[in-house]
Amino acid sequence: MTMSEGDLAVTEIKFVRGATIAARPPPAAMTGALGWLRANLLSSPFNIALTILIALLLAWLIPELVKFLLIDAVWTGADRDACREVVQHREIGACWPFVWERWSYFVYGSYPIPQRWRVDVFFAMLAIGVVWLLWLEAPRRDLGSVYFFIVLPITSFILLTGWSAIGLPPVDTALWGGILVTIVVASVGIVCSLPIGILLALGRRSRMPAVRLFSVVFIEFVRGVPLVTVLFMASVMLPLFVPEEYSPDKLVRALVGIALFASAYMAEVVRAGLQAIPKGQFEGAMAVGLGYWQMIRLIILPQALKITIPNIVNTYIGLFKDTTLVFIVGIFDFLRTVEVARIDPKWAAPVTSTTGYAVAAIFYWIFCYAMSRYARAMEARLAQGDKR
Amino acid sequence: MSAAGNSALRLKPSQLNTPVAVELVGVNKWYGDFHVLRDINLKVMGGERIVICGPSGSGKSTMIRCINRLEEHQQGKIFVDGVELTNDLKKIDEVRREVGMVFQHFNLFPHLTVLENCALAPIWVRKTPKQDAEDIAMHYLTRVKIPEQAGKYPGQLSGGQQQRVAIARALCMNPKIMLFDEPTSALDPEMVKEVLDTMVGLAEDGMTMLVVSHEMGFARQVANRIVFMDSGQIIEANVPEEFFNHPQHERTKLFLSQILR
Repeated sequence: MTMSEGDLAVTEIKFVRGATIAARPPPAAMTGALGWLRANLLSSPFNIALTILIALLLAWLIPELVKFLLIDAVWTGADRDACREVVQHREIGACWPFVWERWSYFVYGSYPIPQRWRVDVFFAMLAIGVVWLLWLEAPRRDLGSVYFFIVLPITSFILLTGWSAIGLPPVDTALWGGILVTIVVASVGIVCSLPIGILLALGRRSRMPAVRLFSVVFIEFVRGVPLVTVLFMASVMLPLFVPEEYSPDKLVRALVGIALFASAYMAEVVRAGLQAIPKGQFEGAMAVGLGYWQMIRLIILPQALKITIPNIVNTYIGLFKDTTLVFIVGIFDFLRTVEVARIDPKWAAPVTSTTGYAVAAIFYWIFCYAMSRYARAMEARLAQGDKR
Repeated sequence: MSAAGNSALRLKPSQLNTPVAVELVGVNKWYGDFHVLRDINLKVMGGERIVICGPSGSGKSTMIRCINRLEEHQQGKIFVDGVELTNDLKKIDEVRREVGMVFQHFNLFPHLTVLENCALAPIWVRKTPKQDAEDIAMHYLTRVKIPEQAGKYPGQLSGGQQQRVAIARALCMNPKIMLFDEPTSALDPEMVKEVLDTMVGLAEDGMTMLVVSHEMGFARQVANRIVFMDSGQIIEANVPEEFFNHPQHERTKLFLSQILR
């Protein structure tokens, strides 16, 4: 053949390939920073318009935020006069001395000051547990689970509520408050809702009518009423039926209410994941002889939970912010302590409320964003089975 | 496919002096009002290889899925290796341990590596120590000629390789009986042979096999008997030569004329 490959069009009837075409690198416009810009920010007129719009929005928002939180902010002061424009004769941003002074109230609520080390120990133990459990390369993760799910709850309970026999004076839960309460409520909700939710989801798909009926009734009832109602029922209606001396602690009632509420939502999230698992996976597991619980634990849940991670974390983030609702039954969570502190006459100034809410926003955002990022990392890690 | 080399494989059931492996007696099954299996009677001897063919919807898959209780039958009796299948979960587990199954769509566990797929059942069902289970898994992966893929995930393998892993996974439980539900129907044409070769190898080792398949070349070469089903009934069963050369029933003749062109 005298013609080169390119000369012989396949439109002619006869075609036989001579040499195979070697792979070539992609054109320069597809790679590097410029390629990324083109592909992601400037790919179409609509995309260009969006890019410009968002750039303008950021250009307007960020300087305002920086100005309020940093440049115009007051960093030191003893009382409200430091943060008032009429006294200082300048534009005033965030009133940070208010936050410094009330910070310990934000963290501990009214927990007795000499006993606050117990809360610090609890935070430290919880932090160790969370890292041990969530850091996938951590040593002895089996011990980590035992620590997190058995040792930590028991010791925390003793530590925080007190046990006179070992020299820890009891602290009534009515005195608990701030970040302590938010963390306790959120952790109990997060830790309890997933297993209960999984059981409810499995129950709803069970072939046993009694189990299925219970799961459906529970899920639909709890999901059908607002969390506020659940909390009210737990704190106001329960004492009507149970004699006062037997009725559980107010915080415990709220904890149970939140855990059950979150479980009902979690059940539906997990059920969506179970629904997405092909029938063949169940059959494959049964055919090799696995029992029901082995099949669920080893084959079905790892796959179902993987595809529901975004939704599980979504529920967790919602739950974390819903903990603020416990204030309506008289429990002082973090947001409630900010609320109380901001109307303190000592710090009454036009910027005090804004500062308090900014702190609350930053606090909730950090926790929720951390959950979101961790979930992303987990998804990426678990996606290895999908690799081609 | 030399006839001489396979003469040993061509034993007729009456000549097999082995215990009964699977027996279906008057089995009936309904999906709602739909009568899927109608009075099925079939006796499979140990070491016997049965190929089941027939048009789609004829109940072939349903029948073999009843043998490891992936489907429930409503009437009749099914005995597997002497154990009768009832609602007794212990019996069902006992049967499933002895019966391996290979599916049309492989049904490998995508979140586990090939090695983990194979070692899983020995570890959790047979309680074999992990190291021993992995040795067993590697042994059977070598046997299906893909030991080098042990560390990969199923999604990284070709269809033919996945199906061979599925066969290895079933073999790891050291089953007495193997069920194949259209093992090559979902494969690209180029990969059918590697899976069939693996199955021929199994047959040569004397495994009891029930194979739902339309691979007539395989059936001729390996099967002791061919069972033809239509609308939930066994229409005709015979040794391969007779089945292909002298089909008796009109439906069988029509079916063969359609697929053997």
